[in-house]
Amino acid sequence: METDTSKPPILTLQNIGYSYHSLQGETLALSDISFQVAEGEFIAIVGPSGCGKSTLLSIIARLIEPENGTIIIQNPDGSIHYPHIGYMLQKDYLFEWRSVYDNVILGLELNKKKTKENLDYVNTMLKEYGLYEFKNKKPSELSGGMKQRAALIRTLALKPQILLLDEPFSALDYQTRLQVSGDIGEIIHQSKITAILVTHDLSEAISLADKVFILSSRPATIKKELPILLTKKSDSLIASRNAPEFASYFNELWEALSNEK
Amino acid sequence: MKNKKRQELSAQELYLKKHRQHKRVVSFSRLFVFLFFLLVWELASDFGFIDSFFFSSPSLVMQCAYRMMLDGSLFVHIGVTLLETLISFLLVFLLGITTAMLLWYSDKLSEILEPYLVILNSLPKSALAPLLIVWLGTGIKTIIVAGISVAVFGSIISLYTGFHEVDKNKLTLIRTLGGNKRDSFMKVVLPSSIPTVISTIKVNIGLALVGVIIGEFLAARQGLGYLIIYGSQVFQLHMVIMSIVLLCIIALGLYQGIQLLERKVTKWF
Repeated sequence: METDTSKPPILTLQNIGYSYHSLQGETLALSDISFQVAEGEFIAIVGPSGCGKSTLLSIIARLIEPENGTIIIQNPDGSIHYPHIGYMLQKDYLFEWRSVYDNVILGLELNKKKTKENLDYVNTMLKEYGLYEFKNKKPSELSGGMKQRAALIRTLALKPQILLLDEPFSALDYQTRLQVSGDIGEIIHQSKITAILVTHDLSEAISLADKVFILSSRPATIKKELPILLTKKSDSLIASRNAPEFASYFNELWEALSNEK
Repeated sequence: MKNKKRQELSAQELYLKKHRQHKRVVSFSRLFVFLFFLLVWELASDFGFIDSFFFSSPSLVMQCAYRMMLDGSLFVHIGVTLLETLISFLLVFLLGITTAMLLWYSDKLSEILEPYLVILNSLPKSALAPLLIVWLGTGIKTIIVAGISVAVFGSIISLYTGFHEVDKNKLTLIRTLGGNKRDSFMKVVLPSSIPTVISTIKVNIGLALVGVIIGEFLAARQGLGYLIIYGSQVFQLHMVIMSIVLLCIIALGLYQGIQLLERKVTKWF
């Protein structure tokens, strides 16, 4: 498998396999998945629904153990500890009994990291993403896009080295979705954080990612790897979508996926 | 435009007026039903339509209450019943929350204990009373245990069910943020189960009173339950009826107290 040699890989998955077990039998979800993620890279994983994309993220986040294969960590500083992983779920899951501020510092609270430095960082992000005036409100008083941004701040507050995004925009209506995915894409590109996005939206994958992996249907394997290089005038989502290469990437992905069903 | 606004306003006023009128009719009718019942009862016994020896009358009940207030015994009986109910209720609450929490922590434990909880919950607790008297004697201990036994199993089951119904994705969120199972319980399960906890409390305070009265029927020298049994044995039926009325008032008071608590708690969350 070809890899980007300009940047060293931070995370390498080797022959990852996973099955779900029930009394009725075994369902193979992932089979022989191998890929590398370089530092600062934005990876998108697309695949037919129910193919095990979320399972893959759960394995990388170490919420579940893979049955086969290994995950190799190569931190830039040479250490071997597992990198801090941030995980954005499909919905924001902000707690209604906490204010927006208390929600975004939840991770710091759980890890006993409520230092002045970290709280300042949270406040800076709240200001930057237009949520500072809403920090004492209840989550239900925010719009869908604002909630998703609050959820992102909650994840980023812990300064993760790798950010996993599990269809984080799928619960939003189309207009909000475009806007929020643009916002969040920009935030991630600016902070140079390594990100892995799982989505079934091809345009979203092309406009946000540096590289797209296509998974086959169950049991999922990597079917195709597509580096994305867009000629664009600015960093915005619309610029990405207007890039001349967009349509051909879209067709390539569409064909690869259509053969799957 | 202005005219239209005035019309809208008056429609709203009309609605409010109707609403107030409705409330007044309801309150008045409630009071009327009560007073009418008292009046019919009083007159029926005064004119001998019913035998006041068996059926008593409002005035006889009041006289009995007055006499017992003067010698202070009434307050002792009320106090004893209230104290026993509150102690049983608090213990039920603590036992219920702790056990439900343990069951939530361990799926295996909850699966093992499930049939026992279901059986103990459906067992008529008054069947235990004779055993309790033999084991614990006649006194406050037996009565409090009786109060607990009536309410505790149901409260464990409903609290555990409430804890279990919490959105699993919220628990995943806690894990992705680096929290452990204890964090999941304290930060997610408990706060999102507040409505369940409050509704369980509401049921429990009534059940604790039921259990305490059962206990007092069988093993007490004080309390309203004792007064009911004693009154019926010495054919002082106005004493029995007075105790029942007092129980109604206590039940109402406890329920109001819980509602007050509920309003306070929901303000915090």
